[in-house]
Amino acid sequence: MQIIAKGLNFVYNKKTKFSVKALDNVDLTIDEGDFFGIIGHTGSGKSTFIQHLNALVPVQEGVLKVGDYDLSANAKKDKKALKTLRSKVGMVFQYPEYQLFEDTVFKDVAFGFSNFFPQASKRETADAVYEALSLVGLDPEKYAERSPFDLSGGQKRRVAIAGVIVTRPEILVLDEPVAGLDPKGKRELMKLLRTLHEKESKTIIIVSHDMDEVAENCNKVAVFSEGKIVRKGTPKDVFSDAEEIKKLRLDLPLTGYLCQTLKSKGVNVDCDLTEEDFIRKIQEIKRG
Amino acid sequence: MQAITFENVSYAYKRADEEFSGKAVDGVSLGIEAGRSVALLGANGSGKSTLAKLINGLLLPDSGEVKVFGMPTVCDDPNGLFDIRKRVGMVFQNPDNQQIASIVEDDIAFGPENVGIEREDIGRRIDAALKFTDMERFRYSQISRLSGGQKQRVAIAGALALEPDILILDESTSMLDPKGRKEVMEVARSLNKEKGMTIINITHYMDEAAEADEIYLLKAGKLLKKGTPDEVFSDVSTVEECGLELPRASMLAAKLKAAGINIDQKITTKEGLAEELCKLLLKD
Amino acid sequence: MLQDLTFGQYYPTTSLVHKLDPRTKLLLLIAYITSIFVADNFYGLAAALLFLLIAVAFSAVPFWSVLKSVKSILFLVLFTFLLNLLFYAKKEGDTTLFWRITVEGLLSATFLASRLILLVMGSSVLTLTTTPVSLTDGIESLLKPLSYVKFPVHELALIMSIALRFIPTLAEETDRIIRAQKARGGDFDTGNFFKRIKALIPILIPLLVGAFRRADELGNAMDARCYSGSRNRTKYKKLKFTFRDLLATLFTAALVAGVVLLKIFF
Repeated sequence: MQIIAKGLNFVYNKKTKFSVKALDNVDLTIDEGDFFGIIGHTGSGKSTFIQHLNALVPVQEGVLKVGDYDLSANAKKDKKALKTLRSKVGMVFQYPEYQLFEDTVFKDVAFGFSNFFPQASKRETADAVYEALSLVGLDPEKYAERSPFDLSGGQKRRVAIAGVIVTRPEILVLDEPVAGLDPKGKRELMKLLRTLHEKESKTIIIVSHDMDEVAENCNKVAVFSEGKIVRKGTPKDVFSDAEEIKKLRLDLPLTGYLCQTLKSKGVNVDCDLTEEDFIRKIQEIKRG
Repeated sequence: MQAITFENVSYAYKRADEEFSGKAVDGVSLGIEAGRSVALLGANGSGKSTLAKLINGLLLPDSGEVKVFGMPTVCDDPNGLFDIRKRVGMVFQNPDNQQIASIVEDDIAFGPENVGIEREDIGRRIDAALKFTDMERFRYSQISRLSGGQKQRVAIAGALALEPDILILDESTSMLDPKGRKEVMEVARSLNKEKGMTIINITHYMDEAAEADEIYLLKAGKLLKKGTPDEVFSDVSTVEECGLELPRASMLAAKLKAAGINIDQKITTKEGLAEELCKLLLKD
Repeated sequence: MLQDLTFGQYYPTTSLVHKLDPRTKLLLLIAYITSIFVADNFYGLAAALLFLLIAVAFSAVPFWSVLKSVKSILFLVLFTFLLNLLFYAKKEGDTTLFWRITVEGLLSATFLASRLILLVMGSSVLTLTTTPVSLTDGIESLLKPLSYVKFPVHELALIMSIALRFIPTLAEETDRIIRAQKARGGDFDTGNFFKRIKALIPILIPLLVGAFRRADELGNAMDARCYSGSRNRTKYKKLKFTFRDLLATLFTAALVAGVVLLKIFF
C-alpha cells in the first residue's frame, strides 16, 4: 500500500483563541516497502500526521490516500472500510505498554484480532496470537498465559507491539518505539523492526528523535518543523546541509557529523550514512 | 569529604514481582566524594533506581549502612531522615508525576514549606531556583502546559529550593526529546561546575555518562566496575556483560579498527573520533 | 481541549471581584445563598437578583457566561417547576385556572425555580472569578479552626490541589488510551448500554493502573522533598483581607439586611 498526501492542513481547536496549526500544506509520498523515518521537534506536527494515516485524526483539508482507501477531506466516509483500514495500518503509540489491560498476554494480543475479525474461530485467533508473539521474540508457550503486568518493561512493549501486528498490517507506524528502553532493549527492538521489514516486507514508519537510528535504518526521511515538511529524501540528502539541520536545532547522525567534518578538511566521504558504508568508504580512501 | 558512603548494603523488595525477585541491591560498598559528577549505569532491573532511593532514605537497607555526609539513613532521631533529604535533591523519570501544585512557583515552594522555611526566605529561594534553571519567565505558568524539558527543570528547581548538596537524576532525561535532554543536562552540568554540587546521574545515554567524572556499572544489584569514562569504556566486555553499550563514537571506532583502520581505542566522543580520522586520512 | 479543565470555568480577566480574597467570596456566597433561602417572597428574590447583577457588573464577566451555568441544571429547574405546579397543596380561596393548576401554585412554582436559578448563577460568579487553586486555599483557610478538633484540614486541601493538578494529566492520558484502543479496533460508540460499558474496560484498566503508578511516583517525589504532613509547615502564599474585601462585605450585609426587612414588612 502506498501513502500519498497532498496539501494536508490541520488546525486544533479551530475557531477558538487556542487554535494551533498542526499541519501546514503537507505533501508526502511513502512507498510500499519503505522504512520511513519522521523526525522533528515535539509539537512539529509529526504525531498529528501519523494519526491521519489510520483516520484517528480526520483529514480537515487536503488529499490523503492510503492504498485504495481515500481519506481525503471530501471523500465519502465508510465505517466498514475504516475498520479494514485500521487493521491494515497498525499504529504503535508512544509507551504502548501503558495500554495493556487484559489479565493474560494471550487475551491482550487477541483484543485487536477479535475486534477486526469477529468471525474468526478460536483456532484462527490462537494461531494469529502465537505467530505475533513469536514475531516479537516472545516464546508463546512461555508467555501466553502470563499476566502482562508481571513482565519487564521491554517485554511489556513487545506484547503491546504483538497486539498491533496480530492483524498482519501492511503498514506499521511506530511513534518513538524505543523511548525509555535500556541500550540492550533498544538494540533488540530495532533489530525486530528490521526483521519485520525484511521478512514480512512491511512498510515501516517510525517517528524518532535518534538521528543515528534513522540514518542506520531508514531509506527515506522527512523532517517536520512547525507543521511543515522542511526536508525529505534519503538520509544522505536530508543530512547533507549541516547548516540547515543546525538551524532546525536537530543533530546530525554520527556518520553525518564525521563526513561533514572530514569534508571541511578536504576529505570527501561519499557514503549513504550507514556505518557499514561509512567504514567501507574510509577503507577505500585509505587504500587510495 | 565523602558525600555518600555505602557499606555492604543489600536491599530486596518485599513484593512477589518477577522483575525484582532476589536482591535488588546486593552487597554494594562505595564512596562518592563531594563535588563529583557520577554516572550510574546498568540495564533495566539492575538496581540503579533502588540504589538511588537508598541514598535519601526512600528505601532503608536490609543490611549494611548508607551514610550521607556521615549521617546514617537509619537512626533513632525522627528528624534525621529530613536532615538527609534536605541535602539530597532528587528528580525522577516521569516529568508528569512529580509536581504537587498546578502553578510553577507554588510547586517550587512545596519543599521549603515542608521544612518550615519563613515566607520571605521561600520567595528568595524560588527566585534563585528559577534563575538557575532558566525558568524565570514561567513563574506563574500552569505546569501542565509546559514541555517535558521545562517540567523537568521545574522539578530540578523544586529540589534546589531545599538548597541541597547532592542532586540525583533518576533517569530524568529518558522521557525527553533531544532538546529537553540538552536543557536538563546543561542545568546539571552548571550545578556541578559552578556550585560544586555532587551530581548522581542514572542514565541509559552513554554520551551523558561519558561526561561524568566517574562511572559506576551495576549488574543484578552488584557493583561490577567503577572508574573514569575512559577506564570503563575501554573494558568493552564488562560493559557488554552489563547489557549496555559503548558511546556511539567508541563503537564506530572499534568497528573501524576491526576493519583494519588504525584508530585509537580510547575514543568516547564524536569530536575525538573526527580528529583521529582527520589525522589518519590527512597524513597520507 | 481537555487541558482547560483545571481552570474549570474560570474566566481569566482582572476585575474587582477577581481580586477579592477567595475567603471573602466564599463567605459572601454563603450569605447570598442564606438570603435567598430566608426570602419568602418575590421582593426578597428581586433584592438578591439586584445584588447578583451588581456583582456580575463588577466582575467583568459577560452576563451571558453566567447565564450559561443555568443550562446544565435546566432539567432540574423544569422538573422542580412542574412538580410544584402539579402537587401544589390547594388552599381555601385559591383561584383555579384549569384542572388542578392554580394561580397560587403557578406563583409558588415560579418562586422555587427562580430560587434555584439564582443559586446556581451566584455560585457560578464565584467559580468564574476564582481559580480552583485559590478556592482550595480559601477553603483550607476557612476550615482551619476545625484542625483543632483533629479534622484533617491540611490533608483535605492537599488532596484537592493534587486532584486539580492531575486533571489535565489524566485527561490527556485518557485521550491517548482511547486512540490506542481505537487503533486496535476498539469500538466505543456503538452497541447497547451493556456492550458500551464492557467496551470501557480497555480504557478504564490502563487508566487505573496508570493512576496507581502515578500515585506511587508522586508519593516518592513528595517524600524526597521532605513532606511530613502539616507538622511545622509554613505557607508561602498568605491570603490577605484588604479594603476591597471590607467594601464587598458591607455591600453584602446591606443585601441580607434588605431581604430581612422585606420579609418583615411584606
